Amino acid sequence: MAQPLNILLVDDNGLRASIIEEGLREAGYGNVSVVTNVAGLVKRIEMLEPDVIVVDLENPNRDQLEHFFQVSRAVKRPMAMFVDRSDTAEIEAAIEAGVSAYVVDGLKKERIKPILEMAISRFNAVSRLTRELAEAKSELAERKTIDRAKGILMKVKKLDEAAAYKLLRRTAMNENRRIGEVAASLVSAYTLLGDD
Amino acid sequence: MAGPSFIRAGYVPLLDSAVLIVAAAKGFAEERGIILSLQRETSWATVRDRIGVGQFDCAHMLAPMPIAANLGLGPLPVPMLAPMVLALGGNGVTVSNAVAEAMDRLGPAGYDASPATAGAALAAVVRRRGEAGEAPLRLAVVHPHSSHNYDLRYWLAACGIAPEKDVEITVVPPPLMPDALAGGGIDGFCAGEPWGTIAVQRGAGRIVTSRAEIWRRGPEKVLGVRKAFAEENPETLANLVLALGDAAAWCADPDSFPELARLLAGPERLDVAEAALLPGLAGRLETAPGRNRAIADFMVFAGSGANRPDPGHGRWLYRQMARWGDAPFSDDGLKIAGETFSPQHFEAAIGTVGDPAAAAAAVTGDAGDRPAGLFDAEG
Repeated sequence: MAQPLNILLVDDNGLRASIIEEGLREAGYGNVSVVTNVAGLVKRIEMLEPDVIVVDLENPNRDQLEHFFQVSRAVKRPMAMFVDRSDTAEIEAAIEAGVSAYVVDGLKKERIKPILEMAISRFNAVSRLTRELAEAKSELAERKTIDRAKGILMKVKKLDEAAAYKLLRRTAMNENRRIGEVAASLVSAYTLLGDD
Repeated sequence: MAGPSFIRAGYVPLLDSAVLIVAAAKGFAEERGIILSLQRETSWATVRDRIGVGQFDCAHMLAPMPIAANLGLGPLPVPMLAPMVLALGGNGVTVSNAVAEAMDRLGPAGYDASPATAGAALAAVVRRRGEAGEAPLRLAVVHPHSSHNYDLRYWLAACGIAPEKDVEITVVPPPLMPDALAGGGIDGFCAGEPWGTIAVQRGAGRIVTSRAEIWRRGPEKVLGVRKAFAEENPETLANLVLALGDAAAWCADPDSFPELARLLAGPERLDVAEAALLPGLAGRLETAPGRNRAIADFMVFAGSGANRPDPGHGRWLYRQMARWGDAPFSDDGLKIAGETFSPQHFEAAIGTVGDPAAAAAAVTGDAGDRPAGLFDAEG
């Protein structure tokens, strides 16, 4: 039985790091460490001697880390993932997801693959969540704008709420725009006129 | 005529990413039938990786990076070209206040007048620290395969400081340099603007010499293009070179500086104060609080053939890579480096064709390749 792999996650997004950590633990990887703050990172790496280091692609310290790996005198010297390019699709998927990985020399690819796959799928899941959250937020904002636009129409055109909404909807259809856009232009025009 | 071509390009937010940003933001690309989609990145490693897997067609790159890719160094190497130079100079060497004060004490008066005297002052500080048994100075660059690294080493070595022994050279991301300097994590750095100016403006250090003085008009950033993209889309590449040439001419015009600073300073681009960008653009650096120094050709975007790649420069950079152990030296390597900086695509786009015999000689190279404009500690 091979030695259990020592895995280090470097991600300043602490939530994402813990989601990946959890996934790896569930998959049976016991030795997972997480670093969210890069201060003292090099010392941590020297101490932990990880076999696999997963770093988020947007981490500004990647150049520094790679330099450290290159000049490190440690026995276990990490290299960028799959330098042999034998698995281009996997590398592309990783970069698409925002994952970079460094692996100590000589480690068998089959042992790293499940870890990388886990990181990729969890990174993608977190981006999906973040996107959905942003969409939900903008939907909420749009509803508020529509409410304001309705209020303006009710006041200026002396309409009831249903008629105000109908007017917005008809305008949107006529102009081939979304109702939120029509509402937003109405609100900004009204605000510009300074009558609010 | 075919519809507009779509080009994906990456950049790292620095003053010398101006030409790409301006080409996209001010319509120069559009005028040439190109939709230039720019993506900001926080590390050169990520620019390299996205080029490597084809997510970017081209990118703002440190001049030695395409050479490194063609030499097969680092992960995901793909064949690259540097068909255009995007900026010359633009870097400074900034040291902590403590080191600057020691240089004042031990160095010749007015040492920042030339790299030779600034180097002599720094060498005196290094010697004194050695005698006192203090830790060697820790100097940061932005990436091993960078002109910052190679110029810093060239300058140190020319001034009698052994970069591998007398000092420690490390890598720090440019935006973190001023804080690292203020916090004592590093004693000095060589990085592109605006980070030297910001360090001075925050009172963290002083600029003691500059890239433009160590190697006047040396190539700093290039347009790195995937070779496959260049071969499959020669017309698009020619139009891109023309668009970037228009943008570079606009960036180089002093009348553009205020607007350029405003454009680059935005939160979605460099996210710094406009006032931090103007000294670098104008080549009049605030080297210490209240002290300004005009440096000729400090930051060059265009003019006098600035954008034309020079195979001799490629070979010189390769010689530096080999000198400092980043690449093994070979005649093949020299050839690869020269070809990476071939002016072929640039000249095809601009429509100037140089003397073919001279061009062939330039690509095959000559002994030493010592470029013009390089300072010499003796002279």
